[in-house]
Amino acid sequence: MNKSPCCRRFLLAFGLLWICLAGSFAAFAQSSTPQNDRIAQLEQQVKSAQSSADNAWMLVSSALVLMMTGPGLALFYGGLVRKKNVLATMLQSFAMMALVTVLWALIGYSLSFGPGNSFIGGFHNLFLHGVGTQPDADYSGTLPAQTFMVYQLMFAIITPALITGAFAERMKFSAMLLFMTLWSLIVYAPMAHMVWGKGGWLNAALGGRFPSLDFAGGTVVHVTSGVSALVCAMYLGRRMGYPKEPMPPHSVVLSFVGACLLWVGWFGFNAGSALAANGLATSAFVNTHFAAAAAALGWVAAEWVRNGKASALGAISGSVAGLVAITPAAGFVSPMSALLIGAIAGVFCYFMVAKIKNILGYDDSLDAFGVHGAGGTIGALLTGIFATSSINPIYHDAAGNVLPSGAVDGNWGQLGNQFVAVAIAWTIAIVGTLIILKIVDVLIGLRVSPDHEVQGLDLSQHGEEGYYWELSAS
Amino acid sequence: MPMTKIEAIIQPSKLEPVKEALLEIGVEGMTITEVRGHGRQKGHTEIYRGREYTVDLLPKIKLEMVLADDMVERAVQTITSVTRTGRIGDGKIFLSRIDDAIRIRNDERGVTAL
Repeated sequence: MNKSPCCRRFLLAFGLLWICLAGSFAAFAQSSTPQNDRIAQLEQQVKSAQSSADNAWMLVSSALVLMMTGPGLALFYGGLVRKKNVLATMLQSFAMMALVTVLWALIGYSLSFGPGNSFIGGFHNLFLHGVGTQPDADYSGTLPAQTFMVYQLMFAIITPALITGAFAERMKFSAMLLFMTLWSLIVYAPMAHMVWGKGGWLNAALGGRFPSLDFAGGTVVHVTSGVSALVCAMYLGRRMGYPKEPMPPHSVVLSFVGACLLWVGWFGFNAGSALAANGLATSAFVNTHFAAAAAALGWVAAEWVRNGKASALGAISGSVAGLVAITPAAGFVSPMSALLIGAIAGVFCYFMVAKIKNILGYDDSLDAFGVHGAGGTIGALLTGIFATSSINPIYHDAAGNVLPSGAVDGNWGQLGNQFVAVAIAWTIAIVGTLIILKIVDVLIGLRVSPDHEVQGLDLSQHGEEGYYWELSAS
Repeated sequence: MPMTKIEAIIQPSKLEPVKEALLEIGVEGMTITEVRGHGRQKGHTEIYRGREYTVDLLPKIKLEMVLADDMVERAVQTITSVTRTGRIGDGKIFLSRIDDAIRIRNDERGVTAL
């Protein structure tokens, strides 16, 4: 087509105009990119800072929980037994630090937290495959996966260590090692998976069938270990001379130090279960402390009324009872509720230990059931009552609205779910422990011989004495 | 001169006064042991986990010394006057014959070895 000169000029101008417009658009877009870039960068830095804070807190929490076992529990239990058994008792806790760690690394973590079904994990994370420094979004979006793994490991360590209190002074060291290996895999792993694992039947956060509120392991740790302890105490039978012969603690001083370490360490146990350095961790921290204090007073008051004197052993036992009871509730209840839960647990566990145990006659030597089993059970149930969404809005509907948590919010159904979780914990503990005890008894025998029991486990099992104070030493 | 061994079982709180008083009358050597026991003194009750136990092994101090016979009566009087309170639980003193005494350092025997 033959364009006229004015047409061509028009097209040229038009074209130039578009080029200018396009150029100015490009120039405009070029000047906004640095701003967007900076915003994106700042968002990343904020996320990074939160991650750093979370990871720092969680690593410290992990250390605190490990301290609860060693030396916390080792000293607490060690002081309560007779002098001839002190090393054996402490070594039982220490052995868990070593044994459970290796089991966890190889297979325990995978069975507890690996993907599986509603009741148990699987082998996906065998040898910690896939557990690196990148976060696992389901468990802890801001933490390296290994931080979560190692934190959970400390729980897996202390849970079996608690059971040792029930069969103190009469269990063979070899039998205990075998028992604990099986128990970690058969009882602890399924329970941990059900309450905390992906797809777990009782998992409140990840859509379980019976969402139960267990912030730091009231059912997973205390009910399972406490009830297993009762089964062990009854299966192994009473110590020689019990109950006629007085068997007072050889050193309440050691137990005292241990109990204080437990109290401090429990901040890692409960507040660390928030898995972040945030307001929820603070709530859990405060609740933990308040419950311990109120429970100590509760036990002391009960003892004072009944015996006319408040004992040091009673006071420290009371604080432990409160810490146990607040464990499932720590991140769900108000501080005032924490005081109440602690006070109830202090009195309740005192009666379990000073009255019920004597009536029923079982020799739960260090009151693992009376404090952990009973305290954990009552704590789990009280959680169903006192959990409130104003502290922790854990339930949401499809639209994202916050739903009531516990009975104080109007949700009495939660108490029902707590019962289910407690019932499952009891059942798994009883059935699993009985089976394991039978297996170990048949294979190598559980209890030391009467001679060895009289001689003391330190000498008979380990060839050592705890204290050489009377013998001459230059 | 014959020698006598004095064994005195006393309350632990009286140990320091007795040692001082004996030193004053010239008794320099003795062996002291921490023991447990009781005579007619009742023990005390302890309550552990809701159970009451009677603890009748009471802590005591045992003093042993071997003296020449001419010193024995003065030593016994000193011990009793310092430790007596008049209540059950004051303690007891036993005297027995000693066949011989030997100083390990230089083989001395008899009263000079004391």
